[in-house]
Amino acid sequence: MMIAAIDTGDTAWMLAATALVLLMTPALGLFYAGLVRSKNTLNTFMMCVAAIAIAGVTWAMIGYSLAFDGEGALIGGLGHFALDGVGFEPRGEGTIPHLLFMAFQGTFCIITVALIAGAVVERMRFGAFMIFAALWSVLVYAVLAHWAFGGGWLAAQGTLDFAGGVPVEMGSGFSALAAALVVGARKDYGRQALLPHNAVYVLLGAGLLWFGWFGFNGGSGLGVGDQSILAFVNTLLTPACALITWFILDLIRGRKVTAIGAATAIIVGCVLITPAGGFISPGWAMALGFLGALPCYAMIMWRPRTRVDETLDVLAAHGLAGFTGILFLGLVAQIGWNGVADGLFYGDGGQFWSQVVAAAVTPAYAFIMTIILLKVVGLVMPLRVSEHDEAMGMDVTQHGEEAYVTGEGAILVLPEDGGRAGVPVADPG
Amino acid sequence: MKLVIGIVRPEKANDVLEALYRAEVRGFSISRVQGHGGELDRVETYRGTTVQMGLSEKVRFEVAVSDTYVQTTIDALCEGARTGDVGDGKIFVLPLEQAVRIRTSETDQSAVTPVVK
Repeated sequence: MMIAAIDTGDTAWMLAATALVLLMTPALGLFYAGLVRSKNTLNTFMMCVAAIAIAGVTWAMIGYSLAFDGEGALIGGLGHFALDGVGFEPRGEGTIPHLLFMAFQGTFCIITVALIAGAVVERMRFGAFMIFAALWSVLVYAVLAHWAFGGGWLAAQGTLDFAGGVPVEMGSGFSALAAALVVGARKDYGRQALLPHNAVYVLLGAGLLWFGWFGFNGGSGLGVGDQSILAFVNTLLTPACALITWFILDLIRGRKVTAIGAATAIIVGCVLITPAGGFISPGWAMALGFLGALPCYAMIMWRPRTRVDETLDVLAAHGLAGFTGILFLGLVAQIGWNGVADGLFYGDGGQFWSQVVAAAVTPAYAFIMTIILLKVVGLVMPLRVSEHDEAMGMDVTQHGEEAYVTGEGAILVLPEDGGRAGVPVADPG
Repeated sequence: MKLVIGIVRPEKANDVLEALYRAEVRGFSISRVQGHGGELDRVETYRGTTVQMGLSEKVRFEVAVSDTYVQTTIDALCEGARTGDVGDGKIFVLPLEQAVRIRTSETDQSAVTPVVK
């Protein structure tokens, strides 16, 4: 075997790509924060910030090892526990430092954990979410990442997944459905109109997510090879096409092109190309954007009419779009473009079957494990806040802050007051 | 004619609207106000600065009604706005001298809703 050596060009790009992917999590926080009511802005954003804290630590401690140590069929080993043995030498035949590879993969775990928050915003207790996030990042994300990227059974039986259709998109989407079912709907869901409070946040968040996604997809080739360039370019094309489809469907449905619809289309387009980025031609990537947006649009229109309060439609925008991308890639992959495999349309029906297996098993594992984990957390602590706190808003009740505080009527508490004395407050008795 | 002013919690405003619709009181206006009525102050912290928020967000309903509808309106406001905790709000009833419907120049009883049958 050739002794792998560090390539400085690859390493430079992967350093930048890792930072780009980390940016996606605050961008998601902004996107989600705009979609909720103003009294829950900070809590929604903070769930994403918490994902960086929790998943960043669990990944370094144990998640990375379970995902990328060894070639076990179902799960990796503990050889890299607390980053033992993860140094400056490349991993396997890689051309970048092992430590950088670990960090790049860690940012994927972080954004995936943050994505699930979209299903439970506006009612789930912050503490319970953090406990759940820690468990999920190890027992679901690391396992799925091992199957798809770390030499587990999906990779072994030939499933192609360029940048995380399995662990990130289907993993988060179907876990989100499970989380929404276990935590339950918001108390006002189905009774009152619960509207996004700031569409500009939503658009800006989507734009920053798209920007970060160039690192997410463009970095998943782990260097600057042809597949990376292809994935990078496809990340430009597919969301643009998804936007056009969304515009047309919006026009047909309501005679107006909507801004929040456009932001959603950007996410859907980025997700569609995530599994397929480095495997399909730019032409097929455009077709994927045009066609793949159709089922996601239909689901986003249909879901709010059900009793399932999967609040920010993680299942439609990530689960279903990832599912579509994984299958589409099995049809149109071209060895001429990716150097790896052909899809069904180019003569290899077996590749499509490998994709079908991944698209069937991943949702089932994510869904069932999330139900179990949340039930377990629910035994130890309440998962949601009281109805009173939910009505007051999560920002004040969970964090003691407000997003849009005016300062009128705010009385400074001086340290020597010990917190409460000396201010005229009428007796509530 | 009376002007009924109800100052309620913002999170109960939708319930009050529902109660008013159900009582067939259909003319009113609302505004967002801030006030203090004896509720315990919220303590918030922004970096090192700890503050007691002395003013709470409230929603103010103004409903002009004929005398026979005063009690109905009060009942609807109470039903929609009550949680039982301090801070549920207040209702004030004021005499109303004159009312004019701009579209038709109708005045007084015929100008306030609901019109007494």
